[in-house]
Amino acid sequence: MELVCPAGTPAALRAAVDAGAHCIYCGFADETNARNFPGLNFSRAELADAVGYAHARGAKVLVAINTFPTAGHEALWHSAVADAERAGADAVILADLGLLAYAAEHHPDLRRHLSVQAAAANPDAINFYASAFDVRRVVLPRVLSVEEIAAINREIDVETEVFVFGGLCVMAEGRCSLSSYATGRSPNMNGVCSPPEHVDYATDGAESVARLGGFTIHRTPKGEAAPYPTLCKGCFTSGDKTGHVFEDAVSLDASTLVPRLAKAGVTALKIEGRQRSRAYVAQIVRAFRAVTDALEAGRTPPELALARLSEGQAATTGAYAKTWR
Amino acid sequence: MDLTIAPNPFFWSAESVRRFYDGLADAPVARVVVGELVCSKRLPFWQNEIPQAVEFLQAAGKQVALTSLALITLRRERKLTADLLGMGLPVEVNDLSALHHIPAGMPFWVGPLVNVYNEGTLRWLARRGAERICLPPELPMASIAVLAGIAQAEGVALEVWGHGRLPLAISARCYHARLHERAKDSCQFVCEEDPDGRDVDTLEGQQFLTVNGVQTLSQSYACMAEHVAEYQDMGVSALRLQPQSVGFHTICDDYAQLLAGDLPANALIETLSAAHPDMQFCDGYGHCGTGASWSHGASSARNVPTGCS
Repeated sequence: MELVCPAGTPAALRAAVDAGAHCIYCGFADETNARNFPGLNFSRAELADAVGYAHARGAKVLVAINTFPTAGHEALWHSAVADAERAGADAVILADLGLLAYAAEHHPDLRRHLSVQAAAANPDAINFYASAFDVRRVVLPRVLSVEEIAAINREIDVETEVFVFGGLCVMAEGRCSLSSYATGRSPNMNGVCSPPEHVDYATDGAESVARLGGFTIHRTPKGEAAPYPTLCKGCFTSGDKTGHVFEDAVSLDASTLVPRLAKAGVTALKIEGRQRSRAYVAQIVRAFRAVTDALEAGRTPPELALARLSEGQAATTGAYAKTWR
Repeated sequence: MDLTIAPNPFFWSAESVRRFYDGLADAPVARVVVGELVCSKRLPFWQNEIPQAVEFLQAAGKQVALTSLALITLRRERKLTADLLGMGLPVEVNDLSALHHIPAGMPFWVGPLVNVYNEGTLRWLARRGAERICLPPELPMASIAVLAGIAQAEGVALEVWGHGRLPLAISARCYHARLHERAKDSCQFVCEEDPDGRDVDTLEGQQFLTVNGVQTLSQSYACMAEHVAEYQDMGVSALRLQPQSVGFHTICDDYAQLLAGDLPANALIETLSAAHPDMQFCDGYGHCGTGASWSHGASSARNVPTGCS
């Protein structure tokens, strides 16, 4: 199986390649990608260098251009596709219908992957993107069980890639405007969710309060680690219930499910975290590479001790194990 | 401009559904989208009302379309989507996988849960057969202006969100079931207890969101009355109103008067606020981009940031 690893910086890309990533995904330093954070991502020159470094070591580079172009400003997204091809990228990861159509028409030889932001959650959606835009691989939304993934693979001809580690959206990705409702900036339009410039920490008596766009997302006793106020992971009240209405502060760890995902016909395993440090990336990549190598060799994969790297230090197998049903 | 009634996103009894669509027959609206948007498990409880509602609304001179589900995952749901085409009505696509079932050349509508953010996407959909497109509520005014021009050139009717709790997210997980500590498969249809969704407040009592099964909405009711004149100037052709359990027919009348120039936006907002003192409003997507903000200052809302962040 192919291991697809995140890189927010050229240094992280080199670390991922050195740690054994088969494939690295990254983005340009602007709103064309869904991790548009300050100090992150690649210039055109950095991308060309990075592709050279990866190719020399047998690894591939995928460029995520997976936000939805702004009306009147499509040229920024069109040039990102052209620049990715010029830099020698092995594929672009796209979500927007119009951008897929543009890339298929103007860059027919540049391989196209469908981003998780397109939320293609069933064979009909995937076959639609494959036939309309010759998409070769689909990153599946994190809403499916392993059985559902196997069933999807039986009905499609394109490759599938699934998330196995890192942050976890519980909402269908690419279809969520919670962030713009509270802050004016959203993943679809700006490549950001719950952006830091709208975060405010305050103290109220014995508690610290974290707000996003003025809405209270967490209250924690002073002295305890206050989690970042990501909107859907907040603590809220509904009727007589108070708690994490949408999702507990956990992140995804599907490392134990890799053999089942392989049996389900999955081609590639994706690790989330372009915003994470290169040390983190290297550690996760090495751990997962041991799993995929063991599988290739017909050995039982090692159990990974990744708990302390998980967000909130608690992990879930998400929808894969069907516990949400 | 005229009015389109959105599919009802909530779980209402068959009898409530019947009463609701009966009442719409003489409402000043041009078209109605019916069908189940949010959860396929609800359909058996009320689907028998659909043919009658369609017949009734068509007899009253309304255009009628059938919505697809917002998130299609199960085999049963895919079949339901394919079956929509056999009903002889336009399908409103709210999950793009519905397009897989619509043959080239067959006209369809596009609902607000499909990501239409730019010219390229709008043109592609128009050439694939889209007759009407309702834009996602989070789209800024500048984008709507650009897209209205393209829509006119492509011969597509463009629609924007006008009134109702904003559809902000859709998930595979059911929040109603989760709040009742039930699994999704044994939810016992608890979302029926909340005809306008179940409110979610912050720990400081701010009215924030509303859950409706697998859907998350704003707790504030969007009221875009203030922006209607701009939409008209841009060439937007319809305003979409989302069903709610209380006072909806009056709301249709008020917005129809607003479009006709017989009721100023301020008066509509005053009437609405007076009729629904507990309701909190928002229209931020129409000015600063922060959806929750409200251009008419503090409403009756509890401690909600109403400015633009």
